[in-house]
Amino acid sequence: MNKAITVSNITKSYPGVLANSNVSLEVSEGSIHAIVGENGAGKSTLMKILYGMVKPDDGSISIFEKITQLSSPKDAIDSGLGMVHQHFMLADNLSVLESVILGIDNATLKNINLRRYKSEIMEVINKYNLNINLDKTIDELGVGEKQRVEILKVLFRGAKILILDEPTAVLVPQEVEELFNNLRDLKDNGVTIIFISHKLDEVLEIADEISVMRGGVMVNTVDSENISKKELAEMMIGKSLPKPPERQSSVGDLKILSVENLSASNDDGKDIFNDITFDLQSSEILGIAGVEGNGQRELVEAIIGIQEYNSGSIRLKDEIIDDLGIRERLGLGISFIPEDRQAQALIMDMTLTNNIILGRQSLKKYKTKLTTVNLSNATTASESVIGNFDVKTPNANTIATALSGGNQQKYVVGRELEDNPTLLIASQPTRGIDIGAQALIWEKLRSTRDDGLGVILISADLEELIGLSDRIVVIYQGNFVAELKPDEITPEILGSYMTGLRK
Amino acid sequence: MKLRLRLVSLSAPLIALMLAVSLTSLILLGIGKDPIETFRMMFEYGSTGKSIVSVLNRTTPLYISAVAVAVGFKMGLFNIGVEGQYLLGALLAAAIGTSFAISRPIHIFFIMLIAVVASSLWAAIAGYLKVYKGIHEVISTIMLNYIGTGLIAYLLSNIFFDKDEKNAIPQTVELPESGRLPALNNLFGIEDLPNLHGFLPITILLGLIYYLLIWKTTLGYDLRVTGANPIAARFSGVDPKRLTIIAMIISGGFAGLVGMGPLLGYFHQYTIDFPPGLGFAGIGVALLGRNHPVGMFLGAILFGFLERSAQILDLRGVPKEIETMMSAFILLIVVVFYEIIRRYILTQQIKDASKKIGEN
Repeated sequence: MNKAITVSNITKSYPGVLANSNVSLEVSEGSIHAIVGENGAGKSTLMKILYGMVKPDDGSISIFEKITQLSSPKDAIDSGLGMVHQHFMLADNLSVLESVILGIDNATLKNINLRRYKSEIMEVINKYNLNINLDKTIDELGVGEKQRVEILKVLFRGAKILILDEPTAVLVPQEVEELFNNLRDLKDNGVTIIFISHKLDEVLEIADEISVMRGGVMVNTVDSENISKKELAEMMIGKSLPKPPERQSSVGDLKILSVENLSASNDDGKDIFNDITFDLQSSEILGIAGVEGNGQRELVEAIIGIQEYNSGSIRLKDEIIDDLGIRERLGLGISFIPEDRQAQALIMDMTLTNNIILGRQSLKKYKTKLTTVNLSNATTASESVIGNFDVKTPNANTIATALSGGNQQKYVVGRELEDNPTLLIASQPTRGIDIGAQALIWEKLRSTRDDGLGVILISADLEELIGLSDRIVVIYQGNFVAELKPDEITPEILGSYMTGLRK
Repeated sequence: MKLRLRLVSLSAPLIALMLAVSLTSLILLGIGKDPIETFRMMFEYGSTGKSIVSVLNRTTPLYISAVAVAVGFKMGLFNIGVEGQYLLGALLAAAIGTSFAISRPIHIFFIMLIAVVASSLWAAIAGYLKVYKGIHEVISTIMLNYIGTGLIAYLLSNIFFDKDEKNAIPQTVELPESGRLPALNNLFGIEDLPNLHGFLPITILLGLIYYLLIWKTTLGYDLRVTGANPIAARFSGVDPKRLTIIAMIISGGFAGLVGMGPLLGYFHQYTIDFPPGLGFAGIGVALLGRNHPVGMFLGAILFGFLERSAQILDLRGVPKEIETMMSAFILLIVVVFYEIIRRYILTQQIKDASKKIGEN
């Protein structure tokens, strides 16, 4: 069979990191080829090199068996490559048709021949059996539909090889199935697909061949028929998998948090969440499941005091906290791990020690008599977090940017657990980090939960949600629609509640 | 940060200065003047004892102005209104300061207090407009500068005008002896030179206060955190509305002291000749000194020196506007090099860190 892509001995190093070391890869034409590996294994670097965004230090690339110099994404597109990024690059107020043709012509003052484009695009849609309505605007589309628009964009530009970067990260199980059907149709029509993921079940289901990367090296390429999930995982991590710890739920009697009839609406009067009532006990992890944008983010932000609410009440232990500001609430022992560590939880160019004070400014131990910042206590606390959470850093005075994502996240989690909080709100606590860091964070969440901490957990990783939670509530369009026992459900069942298919 | 990187970070202003000198030289060559001779004249004139005193007198208000701007910069707030704030503060302090006479330290303290209160209230208007009306502080402070200028002109010529003497130009009554800050010449044994304004020690103290405020207090921490990442700051419990108003008040408070050196040390009254432009010049100094207490002091001395030493040029047939151009070159170039060096240092720090992690 002909090779769509041949990568030979690619090497790329960044300051202090060998991102790709002597990487070789062959992708057969008309196949679905998965590339798996932990975060930081070198997948993204390899894809950026393939797409012309990064120049390799060494090695060569052939596309359709022709050596090709890729010095920009334009070169890649011209050679028949198309990339669907994990984060969609779409403008909400454009129609699907406009989004697809955006940037296709050079800017001129001439009228765009929309009708001609429309019929051409319809041909592509029909050929690959994509379910897309060209007249809708982007903001009317669901996540799965937006992704199809992104795929249509690259197909319409003549791509014969599609690179999909973590395409299922944003999808619920039902949407994943739909995507996979689309991918199979594409494959039947001769399109080659490179599928980057770290979800092994999905990879085994969809891919013909699987290449495993680890630490910048291409470990192996295997046929998906002849390998088990466990073998694949061990190849990826390079050691035997840790056994999942037994679930032992021992929810405490103390009521940590009670939320009563909480409702909030946005400026247009549209409900963000509506009449939410729930309790949280000590030693309990309450999972909130929901597709992004269904009000769960705003709900936890209301508990912290960032999101205003129109009615209802929040009680922390015995105290009603509705009239308190963010700082007072944090001071009462609420800890918060926000979903985006770099944008919300860290000051990237400050040292770790300076970052430990963030969110703890009102804490007595970080103050001296003249209300000045107590850096020596901050250093002590910072060093203890670094030790307890195995944060890989030269020392506590290193700036946060210098750490890898997993270590930044371990530090944030460590900081939030440092002062024995009463309530922890953890939003996507392990998003986008390596398996090692993820395991450590899970372990810490479990052990502090066992010590009495009440946790509200939001996660798009449904296995994480089911694995960690003692109880799961599902939020759909701002309402709690179901309460589920984690040991009685699967990600598929949970997904059907989250998308409103099941009530 | 390692010593090596600290040294690298100092190179930006030096490179900027050298490039600015080269560009200025090209222009001098273009207009047919000898650059080496020009710079020699400037240096010779600028380094006389008389000039050094003048440079220091100029440095003090420039530095305080830079500090006022820097307080805002630290939280990402652009107080362009230091100009209007300090002039209004100086006028009110001069006018009200003449109405009483008590012992010198108390009198001077009250004059300064009037200036601080007046200027910070004037600055607070911009803070209020930003927080409650959504008006960007750059727009409002520029507008307040115009309004302030008009208000000063009205107050000076209609309310505070000392018409008893046969004064040709609008001016306030002179401060009594107890409201004047003595010169420092005796202290340094330089009685033969012009007066060295007594505000210099207070200026150094203000630099220290600025440093402690920004780097050693929780309020300063909140300011810096908000400047670096407003979202993370908000999540950490910073109330951005409250902090914006506080920052404007503090910035305005420093601004109020900008005019005190000239007022207490030399003018002793507010006239229409009271030195303008210090508020705008302070923005440049804050930029050059990167909001650092020592950096801004060096920046203020540099700009003070350039301005003083250029006084000789017109007398020797070289247009002294060459100095304005040179200052502008320095600022433009330094902004570029600060960014280049910031990125370099960042990659170096990341490199060092990953190397060290690799060793362990």
